[in-house]
Amino acid sequence: MKRRDFMQMAGLGTGALMLASVPVTGNPVSAAHLLEPWIDVAAKKKFSEIALNAARSKGATYTDVRIGRYLQQYLFTREKQVQNIVNTESYGVGIRVIANGTWGFAATSDVTAEGIAKCAATAVEIAKANSKFQKEPVVLAEQKGVGDKTWKTPVKKNAFEIPIQEKIDLLMHVNGEAMKNGAGFVTSNLFFVNEQKYFASSDGSFIDQDVHRIWPTFTVTVTDKAAGKFKTRDAISSPMGMGYEYLDGLASEKIAGPNGLVGYRNSYDMVEDAIMAAKQAKEKMTAKSVLAGKYDLVLDPNHLGLTIHESVGHPTELDRVLGYEANYAGTSFATLDKWESKNFAYGSKLVNIVADKTQANTLGAVGYDDEGVPCKEWDIIKDGVLVNYQAIRDQAKIIGEKESHGCCYADNWNSVQFQRMPNISLKPGTEKRSVLDMIKGVEKGIYIIGRGSYSIDQQRYNFQFGGQVFYEIKNGEIAGMLDDVAYQSNTQEFWNSCSQLCDKDDYRTFGSFFDGKGQPAQVSAVSHGSATSRFDGVNVINTGRKI
Amino acid sequence: MAILSKEEAKKIIDKVLAFSKADEISVGLEGNRTGNIRYARNSVSTSGETTDLSLSVTSIFGKKSGTSTINEFDDASLEKTVRRAEEIAKLAPDNPEYVPMLGPQQYSETHSYAEATAAINPDFRAKAAFDSIDPCAKKNLTAAGYMEDTAGFSAMGNNKGLFGYNKATSVDFSITVRTADGKGSGYAARDYNDASRLSTASATEVAMQKALASASAKALEPGKYTVILEPTAGVDLLQNMMRSMDARNADEGRSFLGKKGGGTRLGEKLFDERVNIYSDPQNSEIPGSPFSGDGRPQEKVMWVENGVVKNMSYSRFWAQKQGVKAIPAPSGFIFQGGTESLADLIRGTEKGILVTRLWYIRAVDPQTLLYTGLTRDGTFYIENGQIKYPVKNFRFNESPVIMLNNLEAIGKPVRAGGNLVPPLKIRDFTFTSLSDAV
Repeated sequence: MKRRDFMQMAGLGTGALMLASVPVTGNPVSAAHLLEPWIDVAAKKKFSEIALNAARSKGATYTDVRIGRYLQQYLFTREKQVQNIVNTESYGVGIRVIANGTWGFAATSDVTAEGIAKCAATAVEIAKANSKFQKEPVVLAEQKGVGDKTWKTPVKKNAFEIPIQEKIDLLMHVNGEAMKNGAGFVTSNLFFVNEQKYFASSDGSFIDQDVHRIWPTFTVTVTDKAAGKFKTRDAISSPMGMGYEYLDGLASEKIAGPNGLVGYRNSYDMVEDAIMAAKQAKEKMTAKSVLAGKYDLVLDPNHLGLTIHESVGHPTELDRVLGYEANYAGTSFATLDKWESKNFAYGSKLVNIVADKTQANTLGAVGYDDEGVPCKEWDIIKDGVLVNYQAIRDQAKIIGEKESHGCCYADNWNSVQFQRMPNISLKPGTEKRSVLDMIKGVEKGIYIIGRGSYSIDQQRYNFQFGGQVFYEIKNGEIAGMLDDVAYQSNTQEFWNSCSQLCDKDDYRTFGSFFDGKGQPAQVSAVSHGSATSRFDGVNVINTGRKI
Repeated sequence: MAILSKEEAKKIIDKVLAFSKADEISVGLEGNRTGNIRYARNSVSTSGETTDLSLSVTSIFGKKSGTSTINEFDDASLEKTVRRAEEIAKLAPDNPEYVPMLGPQQYSETHSYAEATAAINPDFRAKAAFDSIDPCAKKNLTAAGYMEDTAGFSAMGNNKGLFGYNKATSVDFSITVRTADGKGSGYAARDYNDASRLSTASATEVAMQKALASASAKALEPGKYTVILEPTAGVDLLQNMMRSMDARNADEGRSFLGKKGGGTRLGEKLFDERVNIYSDPQNSEIPGSPFSGDGRPQEKVMWVENGVVKNMSYSRFWAQKQGVKAIPAPSGFIFQGGTESLADLIRGTEKGILVTRLWYIRAVDPQTLLYTGLTRDGTFYIENGQIKYPVKNFRFNESPVIMLNNLEAIGKPVRAGGNLVPPLKIRDFTFTSLSDAV
């Protein structure tokens, strides 16, 4: 009975660690319907002007209008069968206004002149009602109108144009190869998202954007009923801001790693990874249980991305720092005084972390954010020092910025936009260094690949991460697979223990497709780039238990 | 009007069924009004209300299934939706796990609807927020809270004669209070079907006390401790375990209920004999829906009795394949308790730690149901039956299965997150590191 349906993944047999549930928004439609055009740009502009005029006439001093159509196509399979194919469409208009110095928001699926005018009036009424509680009026960083603009994710193959059968064939091939190579069970999924969104504001911006995202993933399970044991290995794909071409599996985008491991840059070979996954899950069954203690960690980009997300991405969201998320996700250790000191050593000198909404093929890449601000790149941590946060128009003045960073987002036309994490990425090292070079220098360490269990406290100090595959490093060489590994650290200690980075040739992005924030909860998709990196003397625990 | 009566709902469903040309058709009709108010830094940040009424049609030809939904209710729109579901079904692949739709079912009435909740309006929400913000502001404390209320109905029918209708309401409130210096933080959460039972002021009072009492916490060494988990702290770990009781995963050997040598651990004593967990949609404290999403009646089910696993949940397909009764997963569970209050449990503890909330709980190993997470918003050291001082937050790595074998005492259950959960006293609870977070 909540506003949004969550498809419980337990029943679909998806990896327990990765996804407890998948948000499904909108009404079911046919796959063919997803390709049908919606109202054209001229009509959207006309509707937006109705909203802008209606809100102004009711007393709004600022208005923005988002006319959006949100499409999803999700495929779920296990072993030899298709479990579910979900095609959904959701469209409508969200109108946000400032009246009496206070925000008001209303949304409607009635995309008609009358419906939109009424919705604008409601937004102004809500703003006026809420202004009773307002202590300080909202002040927006200046944003000049950009006029009529368009932006589109530069997809080579629109995933929605690929026939369903071709997608099913791919997943059946993935499942079949995993089973052939020793998997007892396999679930595989494809997620495709298209946001067709039009933004207009009383500043004079009229922006039409067509945003595409893709996420192929699977979980392979190996069981040994005699021993009563099972092990899983999830895909090491990354969700991307790309079209179906991400699934081309181009050899030129593969990065060869130690032990036959393959890293995928901007092209993913799902079948190859499934074969590798089945073999690795089998190997996990007999892998040595880790001896708890201090290890030097060599972290693959497909693993490190989540650590960056949790320990740098979330704590530098300015709304968290200020206390707006205190009742849910929490606040942040990266307080304003630390930033003001200009010498807070978040990490070692090697640590340079940038925020951006512009990097090609990433989940964050758009032309303009959901406040109509042109997207850009900026520093968060420079040479180890905290230098900035993530801020939107009504927050910029708090940190002395003249303009918004352009990282405002709403997950639907009927959700109110707020500050969301842009891509947050660790810059690769400037010295030439491969993963093998890095491993050669480690005496006692663990090489970790893939996204596993993750947990961090409400101020982002203490965290624990697992992974998908762990290799012991002894005297500069890989000495075999380990199991039951998780590392625990403190954010500042961890980033200060960063002692080496691989170079740009190893740089890849990791992504989170359904990152949650806010009450009511909204999702967003975000990428995190890095090259393989080394962290010294990190505390590793053994997670093996008997029940 | 988003909440239709039983008769209104049946009339629409019957009309839709009559349009069908498929082998089977089921119709779901749901409507609700949901509202929320959110505040932080002692000021309201967002507030809204939405109403929704939507109808979904699933048509079946052979083993092919198609679903379509609509929120317009004129005859032409209804018929169009049926035709669309039929078109989608014809194009769908066969579902090898297809099970024929259920025939007529007997559903018992539950008391999941309360007028007081259905009557909530923006003024009610604003007052609820004010009652929480005002006492905090007066004591120089900072409140951040959220309240969400829903009133709605759910009806379903099919061409095999099944019809079900239920009205339900809910209100969920949570509040975090922090001291001005950021050294103390307290939390309280309440959920009810009946909003007349909610006092945001008294819940906020609890959070305020915890915020003040938790300031300037001392660090204790991580390790194994006797803990008392308040219901708000214990509920998530227990809920995670209850959601892992799917029979198919156990039969397939990939669950904590899978047995060495094959088969499941049904009938095995896995927990302390004082552990009894059941579900019952008739329970007056947590009344639930009389039917599950696919139309199966929700009945009273014993999941764990005297520490023994008594039942697991089944999909209809898996139950048919295994030749057993298809018991649906429950919506809420009841962990049977004793009569002792939380205060009694504290009084009876020589040395221990009171945990008021657990946070960011994630699965570490599904084989053993090992979870990690942290304490949050008030953790206290107990000595000789008294709370001595606040302690810094810990990270834990613990399995509810191990925890329920290390049971020392069970208190009186209270509602938490739609379940009835007692405060639990557990020995050897594993804290693996310290956190500086407040």
